Amino acid sequence: MRPTRDIAVVAFGQTDHRRTSDEHSEVEMLLPVLHDVLDRTGLRTADIGFTCSGSSDYLAGRAFSFTMALDGVGAWPPISESHVEMDGAWALYEAWTKLLTGDADTALVYAYGKSSPGSVRDVLTRQLDPYYVAPLWPDSVALAALQAQALIDAGETDEPALAGVAARSRADARTNAHAQLRGPVPQGDYLVRPLRTGDCPPIGDGAAAVILAAGERARDLCERPAWIRGIDHRVEAHSLGVRDLTDSPSTRLAAERAGAFERPVDTAELHAPFTSQEVVLRKALRLGDSVCVNPSGGPLAANPVMAAGLIRIGEAAARVHRGESDRALAHATSGPCLQQNLVAVLEGDVR
Amino acid sequence: MPEVLKAPLVVEFPFTRSLGPVQSAFLTGLRERVVLGVRTTDGRTLVPPVEYDPVTAEEIRDLVEVAPTGTVTTWAWNHEPRRGQPLDTPFAWVLVRLDGADTALLHALDAPGPDAVRTGMRVRVRWAPERSGAITDIACFEPYDGGPGEPTGHDGRFENPVTGIVAAARLDYVYSPGRAQTAYIENLSERRTVGERCPSCHKVYVPPRGACPTCGLATSEQVEVGPRGTVTTYCIVNIKAKNLDIEVPYVYAHIALDGAGLALHGRIGGIPYDEVRMGLRVEPVWAEGGRHPDHYRPTGEPDADYETYKEML
Repeated sequence: MRPTRDIAVVAFGQTDHRRTSDEHSEVEMLLPVLHDVLDRTGLRTADIGFTCSGSSDYLAGRAFSFTMALDGVGAWPPISESHVEMDGAWALYEAWTKLLTGDADTALVYAYGKSSPGSVRDVLTRQLDPYYVAPLWPDSVALAALQAQALIDAGETDEPALAGVAARSRADARTNAHAQLRGPVPQGDYLVRPLRTGDCPPIGDGAAAVILAAGERARDLCERPAWIRGIDHRVEAHSLGVRDLTDSPSTRLAAERAGAFERPVDTAELHAPFTSQEVVLRKALRLGDSVCVNPSGGPLAANPVMAAGLIRIGEAAARVHRGESDRALAHATSGPCLQQNLVAVLEGDVR
Repeated sequence: MPEVLKAPLVVEFPFTRSLGPVQSAFLTGLRERVVLGVRTTDGRTLVPPVEYDPVTAEEIRDLVEVAPTGTVTTWAWNHEPRRGQPLDTPFAWVLVRLDGADTALLHALDAPGPDAVRTGMRVRVRWAPERSGAITDIACFEPYDGGPGEPTGHDGRFENPVTGIVAAARLDYVYSPGRAQTAYIENLSERRTVGERCPSCHKVYVPPRGACPTCGLATSEQVEVGPRGTVTTYCIVNIKAKNLDIEVPYVYAHIALDGAGLALHGRIGGIPYDEVRMGLRVEPVWAEGGRHPDHYRPTGEPDADYETYKEML
């Protein structure tokens, strides 16, 4: 189904992603990014029709932590605002639907995550089924490793191929000044076999923001807007033992509903924090070798939890803005082993 | 700039969760060394069981016993167990499809090393010596050479079924309040209250958080405020908080320190609770060794005019 209004990403900004950022509170980390996207469009906070953010209290270790970050937005006079306790990609989805209703013409979407205060491997166990799984404390790397082994058993990849994904990602990240890991990075020892350190994302702090605009507003604000041709998100059964871990039917369905298969894409920004997940996503999204996958380096180069999915949409849009892509796919995930998946298709005007 | 402050922050939460009929039967079964699954209308058996079919969303209640033996469908070697995990020696995470089940259960496998584990290997349940009706009643799985184990023939109805679990959790953080609040706290230790001024609206925020919430701008210019201030609004607290060494009733107030653009919180002392009023002029009282004012007391000045603090209510 075609959206009833043309909506585009018109600006994208992100922090430099770093292992720690003790000197900054969340709002101090976020402010420069918010001003970056506002400056790019010439908008002031008072001009923004809708604001939506994504973050998690479990990373901060404090309840309602997003309300402090809201200080960075300038919420007086009162603004129309919402928050999702998810990756900012889902905040963008909410903002997109808000713009579709016609209630707003512009939206500011931001997301941030500081993983450094806690242990993100342990923190993420708290999103698991509390009856059968969370009491065992299986950490995020362990669950990804189960998926990686299932792929190896199925003959879909092997350890050298996974190392190749890691090497390509971090080599591509050399041109990304914001990335946390750039250039040659040793594969390292097993973290949870079969995954080595190099197969896993860096743990770090960071933030990102985008501005969406509808119709002519988008053309006013951006020379080459990245039009969102379709966006959809789908979820699978929460129980890992019910799913085929070597496939991602939810990604495929979201992509189909977003129109990704109607014509080829030239770029794909995939939210695959683990090398093995890129194997799953390439298959689900039917990406051939001609598609440029994660030219930013992807989450293997920088993975600020809660912002990394929004960054995929932002990076894909920025390539359209720069004229490096005409039709790009962006993917975001949440939950263990690619449980929830969002796919957006972005296009530039024909040149 | 002084080094940013850091402190340990421990978050512990014992959620009490109630179980539905299916989860109750499954966890009670584990207590009695019986493994139950649930049958879907198309004949599949799900272990662990759920109340709704993950494909059709139909409600399902048809409990069926499966064997305590099964086959590994995938695994991952965990050479460095973390707090709370089933074993404290290196082990394999496994998904196990129990004999009689069509889906797999996540748990730990006790094995001497990664070379002793493979997909397709046979395993069996090792029961915890003390069981309470929780997934941890399965201590772990262990390698097993034989065919399907014997079900007990249980029908899934128990005396004294488990109806709830306590899901205890603990997460450890090292919290840092960032640059602006570090500076505020450092100044407090010298008995000075220092806020930050917004470059646009010129309000002085105290405590400062590094941003003006009205203008959405970074703040950095430090401004000392107080020590005296004005009560802008207040309430009378009649309930004694746990471990709190303050007699009730007491007054908790918003206090606009002189020069500040908004009020902060504080307790009012040195005056009967029912004589506290809006406009009362107060000053901080510092406890010996305290890093923040213990409370505020009247200065004896005439009350402030309403017009001077009405923007800070």
